[in-house]
Amino acid sequence: MDYRNILTVCPYCGTGCGLYIQVLDGAIVGVLPAKEHPISQGKLCIKGWNATAFVRHPDRLTTPLIREGDGFREASWDEALSLVAERLLHIRDTWGPDALGFLVSARCTNEENYLAQKLARAVFKTNNVDHCARL
Amino acid sequence: MTNSVPEFSEHTRCFLITGSNTTEAHPLIASHIMKAKDRGAKVIVVDPRKVQIARLADLYLQPRPGTDVAWLNGLMYVIVTEELADQEFIEKRTEGFEEMWRVVQGYPPERVEEITGIPAEDLRAAARMYAQNKPAAILYTMGITQHTTGVDNVKCIANLAMLTGNLGIPGGGVNPLRGQNNVQGACDMGGLPNVYPAYQPVNSPEAKAKFEAIWGVEGLSDKVGLTVVEMVHAAGEGHLRSLYVMGENPLLSDPDIGHARESLEKLDFLVVQDIFLTETAELAHVVLPAATFAEKEGTFTATDRRIQRVRKAVDPPGQAKADWEILCLLARRLGAAGFDFASPEEIMAEIARVAPSYGGVTYERLDREGLLRWPVPSADHPGTPYLHKEKFTRGLGRFFAVEFQEPAELPDEEYPFILTTGRIIFQYHTGTMSRRSPKLEQEAPEPYVEMHPDDAARIGLDGAQRVRVVSRRGEIEVAVRLTERIRPGVVFIPFHYAEAAANVLTHAALDPVAKIPELKVCAVWVERVVKDEE
Repeated sequence: MDYRNILTVCPYCGTGCGLYIQVLDGAIVGVLPAKEHPISQGKLCIKGWNATAFVRHPDRLTTPLIREGDGFREASWDEALSLVAERLLHIRDTWGPDALGFLVSARCTNEENYLAQKLARAVFKTNNVDHCARL
Repeated sequence: MTNSVPEFSEHTRCFLITGSNTTEAHPLIASHIMKAKDRGAKVIVVDPRKVQIARLADLYLQPRPGTDVAWLNGLMYVIVTEELADQEFIEKRTEGFEEMWRVVQGYPPERVEEITGIPAEDLRAAARMYAQNKPAAILYTMGITQHTTGVDNVKCIANLAMLTGNLGIPGGGVNPLRGQNNVQGACDMGGLPNVYPAYQPVNSPEAKAKFEAIWGVEGLSDKVGLTVVEMVHAAGEGHLRSLYVMGENPLLSDPDIGHARESLEKLDFLVVQDIFLTETAELAHVVLPAATFAEKEGTFTATDRRIQRVRKAVDPPGQAKADWEILCLLARRLGAAGFDFASPEEIMAEIARVAPSYGGVTYERLDREGLLRWPVPSADHPGTPYLHKEKFTRGLGRFFAVEFQEPAELPDEEYPFILTTGRIIFQYHTGTMSRRSPKLEQEAPEPYVEMHPDDAARIGLDGAQRVRVVSRRGEIEVAVRLTERIRPGVVFIPFHYAEAAANVLTHAALDPVAKIPELKVCAVWVERVVKDEE
């Protein structure tokens, strides 16, 4: 039996409370507040206590999808990424860099946001980069 | 935030909370306010809804939505005329007081009462309480910013803090409580159309040269890009042909979503990278499965500029991958150099090189110290709990002269109510995560509109349980909840629910500077739904 508590940050509001994810044999079994955290000080709100409840929801996307008619078909990473690369380059070459837009995310990490805006700016040469900060 | 959350419980002697439902939207920040209250701090709440935190307020003021400039100017009028301003701070640290005062002297409390509905005596009492209990912290959220005058509102808040010398001291400050786990970080990282990481302007030749050198590319654009709402509009006009969406759901969070949907449907190519098939992903040409926060390494930056480590607990399901991995794979597919990262830690090393305020951030330090508050410019810098100590970024703090302007859409005979929107404690933003969390969904499974009982009587609801709410953009049907905590003439709908989305109704009028939509004020009418219609 392998039991671990992983110290991380709540994924909900901007308060940034500290919490531990309890992992038993590779599966999440619960959440514990972090007593030593200077803001949350051993407390969590109801969303924090339920911070991992959606992580293994059956609706999770588990494979790339490509549109086919009104629905989607499953695809490999190889096929999906090739299609994305080809279409984005085609649109840039046909309509210019500012025909492309990129929404980065207030939900994703700093590192991911950094890479997404770098991709938009350095590779596609557009500053059409934003996220839901205003929403 | 100019200041940090622990200062609230340790130092703050007065809180001015406006447009923030703190106990529901930021419960653990509210707990620091409650601790301060226990040691005698004063609390002033200004909000069209008597939100839960107003129950512990020493003073509660209920303005008409969209009149913030008027009551903020009114507070300053009282502070100046009663000689409660911090003259030393104004002289040594600021400029522009005279221009500001020429406008503010037109806002005596009696005139403010006519505009806002706040009784003149209450406004005077609030001004005295805020000015006489230092340090005083102003806390706000989207109730202040989601207006066509959002920038004006924030300028007035900064004026008020400077007027009383409440900047650059522990426990004071101008403190927007940010609503998303990493909205602060997404801004810091340059996830905005006008700036590179750490707010270096895209139209600055020095910044352009710097990033071209570090990224090893030529020809970076110096043209400011489009905001979310502008991108959606450009898609509708055919100027934007493709949108790549990483972990956002504009089809529920944007104003006037009927129009947003039509616009996104016109795109030649829509890619959505997310953890669930969101309303936006349903329209996509390609959907890429991403990892949740529990399945990856990284950092989030909380509302008080606090950088903290996110750590992987489990593997993502199926073939899902972390967003950073997907982006690296795509960049390689595009033949782009500069994306050969083996871990988020390596990406942070590059961030520290390009973003001066993150210059001293490493995973090793975060693991050891727990958190770092930017600016943390070097490896030996301890981080910064509060900003503007002794000096503002621009040198002197500048007062702005701001006149009150009405919201873009006012109630009239046809649409007699003001609709305002917001969050509730059990749900979160577009509900992608919270509505799939059984205990949260069970507490608040259904959309509703909050309405004052006097208004319900006036329009003859007569005990009806369901109503139709109609604006010039669209209509939704929801349950009605009568409550005396809302200002008569105003109705409130939480925006989490796709099946009756408040943003079907809202108005896409934008602040001219910040381009933030006026989600907090639009005109609607409300009517009962007759059973046999259903």
